[in-house]
Amino acid sequence: MIANAGAQLGLAYAFVEREIALSKRYWAWEIVWLVYGIVTSLSVAYIGLAAPTIAGGSSDPAVVSRLVLYLLVGTITWRFLGLIFEQMAETIAWERWEGTIEYTFMAPVPRVTHLLGMCGATLVRALGFSVAILAAVALFVPVDLSHANVLAAIVLLLVGAVAFVGLAIASAVFPLLWTEKGLQMAYIVQAVVLLVSGVYYPTTILPGWMQILSFISPATYVIRGMRDALLDGADLAAVWPNLWPALLVGAISIPLGMRVFLWAERHAKRTGRLKRSG
Amino acid sequence: MAIQVRERIRVEKKTAALAACAVSKAFRPTRVVPGGGMTVRAVDAVSLSVWRGEIYGLLGANGSGKSTLIRLFSTLLTPDEGTVSIFGLDIDRDELAVKRLINRVSVEASFFKKLSAMENLVYAGRLYGVPPDESRSKVVSILRRLGIEDARMKEPLEKLSRGMQQKVAIARAFLTTPMLLLLDEPTTGLDIRSKREVQTFVRDLRDEHDATILLTTHDLDEAARLADRIGILHHGRLVAEGTPEELAVQHGGGTLEDVFMTLTGRRLDDADATDAERPT
Repeated sequence: MIANAGAQLGLAYAFVEREIALSKRYWAWEIVWLVYGIVTSLSVAYIGLAAPTIAGGSSDPAVVSRLVLYLLVGTITWRFLGLIFEQMAETIAWERWEGTIEYTFMAPVPRVTHLLGMCGATLVRALGFSVAILAAVALFVPVDLSHANVLAAIVLLLVGAVAFVGLAIASAVFPLLWTEKGLQMAYIVQAVVLLVSGVYYPTTILPGWMQILSFISPATYVIRGMRDALLDGADLAAVWPNLWPALLVGAISIPLGMRVFLWAERHAKRTGRLKRSG
Repeated sequence: MAIQVRERIRVEKKTAALAACAVSKAFRPTRVVPGGGMTVRAVDAVSLSVWRGEIYGLLGANGSGKSTLIRLFSTLLTPDEGTVSIFGLDIDRDELAVKRLINRVSVEASFFKKLSAMENLVYAGRLYGVPPDESRSKVVSILRRLGIEDARMKEPLEKLSRGMQQKVAIARAFLTTPMLLLLDEPTTGLDIRSKREVQTFVRDLRDEHDATILLTTHDLDEAARLADRIGILHHGRLVAEGTPEELAVQHGGGTLEDVFMTLTGRRLDDADATDAERPT
């Protein structure tokens, strides 16, 4: 059993190694996405810094500092979760475009191992990007983390990653089934999640029907909990009300996402959609 | 299970490497298009057996169902009707074990084009449980044999010619030592020299490594040169099967081209031009 687990890990690592090799070859594009991430996060931070000027009044520097951190926690956490979400779908679309999708699905790799390998590669990339963006932003904008509870924040981020993996696997079904428009569909789902999850504002300001969507988005709980931990120093016990819903979504969405993906693969094989496009 | 099958095959002499029984596959339109969107029966009740160690050539014009059949045998499509077994394993029930025994080369050499041949092949090897160190030495040996210089193995594949990419695709399949190799028009679009090199390699592969090969082609010369037995596919149906000599005797003598014309009513080149639009 241990030998089999080791073999499966070896198989899953193939996807991580492949993504690292591809990132090296596409280094210029990686820099583009990194610069884009840094600039977007910095712009959001500057909106916070300029808030008193925009509003036409003066504000307590402590309030402004809190607003900047509030926005930064949202934008960087979303960057991390968003990368997990989009890369799964993009990888399927890319494999279809390169024509390698047939070889990946023909290989003697259990689908669960394949998907976990893809998730591993995605997590490595998302973590690298988020740390680099945070470090770059800290060079330009004063970030006050003196009250932060880093342990609680890390736990929330890990739980959030797990919760998003399930959604990401389910969203990868779009490019698997819809050759031409699948990736666009996945991006639309991602955009809606961004809107309703309180990335830049509290979800309480949203219209009632959007708040229902925010209730089922794991990002809502992760971002809210991250703010509690990093702005107010909330410990694990204090962030538990945001931790357990994210855990619950992860526990439901991963097996559900896998099941949906397996169904989609069977459907693609029945209808002849598992082939090169582009 | 695949390991047990390999062990069983080692001691058995006459084994069906591939057995297809009344296999059919139709593609239905995804939406209703006025004046179009008809269901296409790409493979129609095809039954065939390929024996262990044999090179079986499937000959047919474009759109005759060759690629669909290969995709069915390689688990990329599920048949609407009929059954397929590889060394006695059902491709549906024992899918993972079957995948360990087969590999495929398609008409398009599909790779991560920015990665080098070495990177692509080491990745492919990992998926079949071949450790990277073992893959690297095997890759060098196979690619050298196919006439690819060491320096080119580390270049991005997009910088290699179509012929070289196709050789790398063949190396990818060979790297995993498949018991059954499915070659879907592996030499289409290659120049004469590359074509001959690939054909020689395919024959050597069978002779030296006890591989069974199912080869689709619309090149009569290639079919006659490589295949022990030939099946002729026409509009999704297997209309004839036998050695080149048997086919000639059964269908009025002459060349393979004459046999094809007798069975389909057209020359292969004409059929290619006419049937090119028929989806498979």
